[in-house]
Amino acid sequence: MSAVALRRAEIREARVVTPEGVPLQFEIAPAGSRLYAFTIDFLILAAVVFVFAVGVVLSGMYIGGWALAAMTVLWFLLMNFWFIYFEVSWHGRTVGKRMARIRVIDSKGGELTAAAVFARNFMREIELWLPMKVILFGSAIYGDLPGWAMPLCVLWAIVLVLIPAFNRDRLRLGDMVGGTLVVRDPKTRLLPDLVDDAKRREEYQPTYRFTREQLDIYGIYELQVLEDLLRQGVKAEKSSLEIVAQKIASKIKWRSPSRQVDTRTFLDDFYRAQRVRLEKKALFGDRQEFKRGYEE
Amino acid sequence: MGTGFVLKSYEFRREREKIWRRLEKLVLRVESSGIKSLSARELEELPQLYRATLSSLSVARSISLDRNVVEFLEALTQRAYFCVYGTKSRLSTAIIDFFVHLFPGMMWRYRRELVLSMAVVFAGTMVGYRTVRQDEGRFYSFVDRSLAQERGPQSSREELLSVLYDEGDRDGEELAIFSASLFNHNAGIGILAFALGFLAGVPTVLLLFQNGLMLGAFWALHANRGISYDLWGWLLIHGVTEILAIMVCGAAGFIIARALIFPGRFTRIENLAIEGRRAGVIVLGAVFMFCLAGFIEGVLRQVVTSPLLRYGFAAASAVAWIWYFAFRGRWSQAKIEGQR
Repeated sequence: MSAVALRRAEIREARVVTPEGVPLQFEIAPAGSRLYAFTIDFLILAAVVFVFAVGVVLSGMYIGGWALAAMTVLWFLLMNFWFIYFEVSWHGRTVGKRMARIRVIDSKGGELTAAAVFARNFMREIELWLPMKVILFGSAIYGDLPGWAMPLCVLWAIVLVLIPAFNRDRLRLGDMVGGTLVVRDPKTRLLPDLVDDAKRREEYQPTYRFTREQLDIYGIYELQVLEDLLRQGVKAEKSSLEIVAQKIASKIKWRSPSRQVDTRTFLDDFYRAQRVRLEKKALFGDRQEFKRGYEE
Repeated sequence: MGTGFVLKSYEFRREREKIWRRLEKLVLRVESSGIKSLSARELEELPQLYRATLSSLSVARSISLDRNVVEFLEALTQRAYFCVYGTKSRLSTAIIDFFVHLFPGMMWRYRRELVLSMAVVFAGTMVGYRTVRQDEGRFYSFVDRSLAQERGPQSSREELLSVLYDEGDRDGEELAIFSASLFNHNAGIGILAFALGFLAGVPTVLLLFQNGLMLGAFWALHANRGISYDLWGWLLIHGVTEILAIMVCGAAGFIIARALIFPGRFTRIENLAIEGRRAGVIVLGAVFMFCLAGFIEGVLRQVVTSPLLRYGFAAASAVAWIWYFAFRGRWSQAKIEGQR
């Protein structure tokens, strides 16, 4: 259970208030996803640029200067507007971001404007293209570079790449200038309610019963851990279900009415009774988040 | 316990689930094939379903302990939120709005930055001019050899004049390539001037100043041979637009710098986000200006070889830009402010 708690603490969230005034929690895209998305976009861009470069050379040889000139302009547009085009027309997503399931949003909760997208992507010029150009083709473009230029550029690139690691919302320079956030693309399926199995209608009578005192021991957190376990359905290992059932029974001092206890039925009934109890208490303003005595 | 089985959250879900499912279906379609795939009725339905689901989420957060329901509603409202508040992705309307209102309005708003940017380029030009006028040997410390096209202190008056007027003899295609690569180079510098504003604007000043030096050096080279009149005709026909575009990018850099140094009543990061977007709009406008300048340089300058006509065109484009930024811009800015 501590592993679960740990994992939850590491997820970074950003609160965005919609124009309707309801706060939505977005999960900040983890560094790995962003790197993955960027790598894919970059590889695609590099491939397209390579095809273009071949096209420029060929058209220069066979079609003539006009084609070459047009290609040069197109090249510029490609390098600068590739990300912009996709982020504007795909609601803040590029090919890579789509695959990594992340997207760009407005950090204030409003509409993601084209202006924001332009600003965040033009910053790439100093974040990436400039240091990259110097490191890769420095002497070819700028002639005789002083000796300290190369390490300076490497340092420059490293600092700018690391900026997102040093702020809470994982903003890169372009995000700061554009006022944007990169968040994980939300996707959760609505599963059937656990108390809504086909065989369990409203007239359902539980096999196992619990007293109010027994139901006052656990809190919401434990209820939802149990929910996760039960939702695994058949996949959940029989043994782990049994261990949990035994733990619960001993914790709440529950005595079995019969010798044979069906684990699954016991857990289902307990889940249902516990949820009824906790929801009722929450309705009266007493939200019990954790089990009794958890604070100590 | 147990007999009186009332689970409020269960009832709640049963009542609302249809709405959620319907919204999910619409959102899924928008996500996979765009907002245009919705019919007029569905388009009307979408925000209504979104608001209903948003209120479901508020209720679910307070009464339901079924985590899957809450998480599902959170994810669904987020996805619907993107559909409702994502970029209004009609690129064509955005582009028209951009040229008619946004770009000139922003330029009027930031006219002070533009004037500053002009002053820096002008100062660079004067320094470059005076230095090279006195000592032509300094020409190459200001001008990149690839941009000089073999012009320099060693060139004679006739050689320089032939570059200014006899380009028509050169291959038209060759010139097209040259102006396209100049566009690449200039627009790149423009974007750089904007992005470098992030370092408190110091590199932006240097970049503008350096461009001024180059201009001044060329001027001096021709002035020493008594042909500055011809040079300016050759330069200004597209230079009015091109040099202005560089200044515009410099202004965008200064906007970023000012947002960082003097954040005003917002925090630095908030202010940067507000001003950065506006500056980004300006840079986009400048890229189009560079494009226009490249066209004038590559095509029009080859056709128009009389210096008088060149000056005439330069003056006309200057008037056009002044009208666009000052009059049109002022009007748009007033309109944008009025909407708030």
